[in-house]
Amino acid sequence: MIPVLAATGIGKTYPGVRALHDVSVELRHNQVLGLIGQNGSGKSTLLKILSGMEQPTTGKIRLRGVDTVVRSPLAAASMGIGLVHQEQSLIPNLTVAENIFFDKPSPHRRFGIYNWRGLNREAARQLAKLECDIRPDIKVETLSFPDRQMVEFAKVLAIEELVDQPLVILFDEPTSLLSPSEVDDLFRQIRRLRARASVVFVSHRMDEVLEISDRVHVMVNGENVAERTQDTTSHEELYHLMVGSRRSDDYYQESGRGPVEAFEPRLVVRGLTAPGRFRDVSLSVRPGEIVAVTGVAGSGAEPFCRAIFGAEDGVSGSVRVAGVELGSSEMPDAAIRAGVGYVPAERKLEGVIVGRTVLENIVLTFGPQMGRGGLVNRKKETAQALSWINRLKVKTPSPVEYVERLSGGNQQKVSLAKWLMSDRLQILILDHPTRGLDPGAKADLFGVMRGLARQGLAIVFVSETLEETLGMADTVIVMRDGEVSARFEDLCLRKPRAEEIVEAMV
Amino acid sequence: MTLTQHAAGGASPHTSAGRSADRAKVAAGHRFPLKELGPVATLAVLVLVFSLTNAQFLTAGNLKVVLESSAIPVVLVVGLSFILVQGSIDLSIEGVMAGSSMLVSLLIANSVTGFDLGWWAILAGACLGSAFGLVNGLAYTVLRLPSLIVTLATWFVGLGIATLLFPGRQPQILDERLTRLALDKSLGVSALVFLALAVAALGWFLQTYTQFGRMSYAIGRDEKATRQSGQHVRFHKILAFVLMGLVSGVGGVMISAQLAVGNPAAGEGFLFPAVSAAVIGGTLLSGGTGGVLQSIIGVFILEVLRNGMIQLGVDPYLRHVAEGLTIIAALVVGNWSLRGRLRIVK
Repeated sequence: MIPVLAATGIGKTYPGVRALHDVSVELRHNQVLGLIGQNGSGKSTLLKILSGMEQPTTGKIRLRGVDTVVRSPLAAASMGIGLVHQEQSLIPNLTVAENIFFDKPSPHRRFGIYNWRGLNREAARQLAKLECDIRPDIKVETLSFPDRQMVEFAKVLAIEELVDQPLVILFDEPTSLLSPSEVDDLFRQIRRLRARASVVFVSHRMDEVLEISDRVHVMVNGENVAERTQDTTSHEELYHLMVGSRRSDDYYQESGRGPVEAFEPRLVVRGLTAPGRFRDVSLSVRPGEIVAVTGVAGSGAEPFCRAIFGAEDGVSGSVRVAGVELGSSEMPDAAIRAGVGYVPAERKLEGVIVGRTVLENIVLTFGPQMGRGGLVNRKKETAQALSWINRLKVKTPSPVEYVERLSGGNQQKVSLAKWLMSDRLQILILDHPTRGLDPGAKADLFGVMRGLARQGLAIVFVSETLEETLGMADTVIVMRDGEVSARFEDLCLRKPRAEEIVEAMV
Repeated sequence: MTLTQHAAGGASPHTSAGRSADRAKVAAGHRFPLKELGPVATLAVLVLVFSLTNAQFLTAGNLKVVLESSAIPVVLVVGLSFILVQGSIDLSIEGVMAGSSMLVSLLIANSVTGFDLGWWAILAGACLGSAFGLVNGLAYTVLRLPSLIVTLATWFVGLGIATLLFPGRQPQILDERLTRLALDKSLGVSALVFLALAVAALGWFLQTYTQFGRMSYAIGRDEKATRQSGQHVRFHKILAFVLMGLVSGVGGVMISAQLAVGNPAAGEGFLFPAVSAAVIGGTLLSGGTGGVLQSIIGVFILEVLRNGMIQLGVDPYLRHVAEGLTIIAALVVGNWSLRGRLRIVK
């Protein structure tokens, strides 16, 4: 039987980036095809090509056995291909009914004049297909997120009326913003759909792809590296394929970890207290040492790390950096002057300035210091920024690319490079540095952190997972209810068991 | 000419996820959200206050005065609403009105030139306005210049044309068919008021029942998604500017009928009240919100405020202060729910 949709040898090149190379996929009748891969592996690009939003540089698409060029999303819809967007495509200030028929002709909208009653009735019929009772005449902005997804769904399903053939429905990471029970609802809908449509399901969550898909394609770096059927593969195998060789035994660069030399501590914190957040926390960090501060949500680990930098209010206690008392200033100025760098968890909000280039972001804080008398030394700051881009291996088409175009991991490196520009940086504080990064980018960042420590930087970080804590840290501080509940030192000599840490956390 | 601009403060999709309370709220007020009743309440309060402080305010005679003075602003905001809903701006209103006013008064029977084109002169005024709108729309969409700058330029082009046309002495309009539009009353108000009513009804129909109207909302909220859905964004934008030019041209004709002379300064003082009326009514400069009816409510708020203060004998300069403060107050009330949340206002 000929596949519903077959793409062969698809390649896509953007200026400076090869997004896809020789990818072939085959979608069979009434099957769910899963596509997994890390961020930036080309899954979304492939979907954009299949749905007509982008044109491939090479390769061809055969739809129901016929060579086809999908020129636009509109053309795709007329051929029976619909995309359920990750970032929803609905217009919030229009009604549900308008949105469902936004991109398609309707008999209830002739010569540009609306017949509202007809349109609403038709929309209700489309929604009924999904057994959902959202009112068609209310504005989308008043709906909850899962309800909007249902509308998005109905919008795609309404393509059925336009074509005789069964639909091809593409899902672009539909689950990334849903709660587990909402994911179950979505899967129920997809299974129902399968009777009359073929589905491509893209996600970076392996368990979900395994649960819903008949076959799975694994993508790495814009290439299709493996194809598996659901019953012949496993979680571990997919993980291995996805992360590739990088998932070695030394994921956390543990070989780079040795006993921390007995230098004078770079950072000494004594009895730091912030009412309601943490009490009497002490800590000392030597050059080259990586300290992980960990605890469950509300344990006080995050505010404690922010307080070292001076970004919390109402803190008392003592913070000394290289022997200099920072005082109880509530502003980070003193800490920055003393050589403390802080990489926040909310990259987009605090870490990088969106709409500015990579270069501008890196020179933001310390560039001006390289000049004299209030004038900027553009040449010097650019040279140094470029050297950090190289040393941290920031993947960017150009140093003047807008920072938001970079992947999460590379944005994080930009956020790091900003602090590394300082010639007096002594201590780096990282708040959940790997949050939202895919496994490859995480490993990359771990390498950078270890490398910086080896050069004598003292690093304090709040970790995302237990594995990360155990793999990365020389010293682990566990916090519970705002107090230090356990300390583990010299992890290279004796690694605590995970249970020991969990015990101290709860 | 800097007015308050709003950064689009779209609520994050997460905030309302999975709250069943949202559903209930929706069902209660979907067609007329409470927020949009704010301007109506403001108008009601103003009317109440002025009625209590001044016996003359709530008389048939005075209300007719308010209606007459609202006629031209209402016509203007009908066009302006589509421009603002799409997220653009048109500053050329006054220039277009001036050009149209001069053209009409010179082509119709008048004291200076020998023309006597009658109704054709009025059509010419409307066409001149539409032509200005077309130029605005094309420069905005094809040359991709910001509408603010394009229309700032055509504002002065219009004023220049009007001044060039000005023959040295003021043309008196002799054709009574035009001047009677402002003078003859039926049901106590002039034909201009009925014209404004008709334009308002047409605007409401366009906004509610046509592709153009609905797409204007879509463009104002998310132009990219609208374009990706295969909609002719450029066409709808040009259409909005042509409509705006048309109503500005008609506004020029209306002011000529009222003044019975051609005057290059005919449009003076119409831009700012029109834009502020729209914003007060809820048609914000950020695009995607409000509409024709809301903007008209805004017109009445400003007209009632002005009329009431004149009757109370408030100093003219103090009136300007009060009008300015009203605009700020309306914006504060309208945007109250959007405060905080790290919203950046530019």
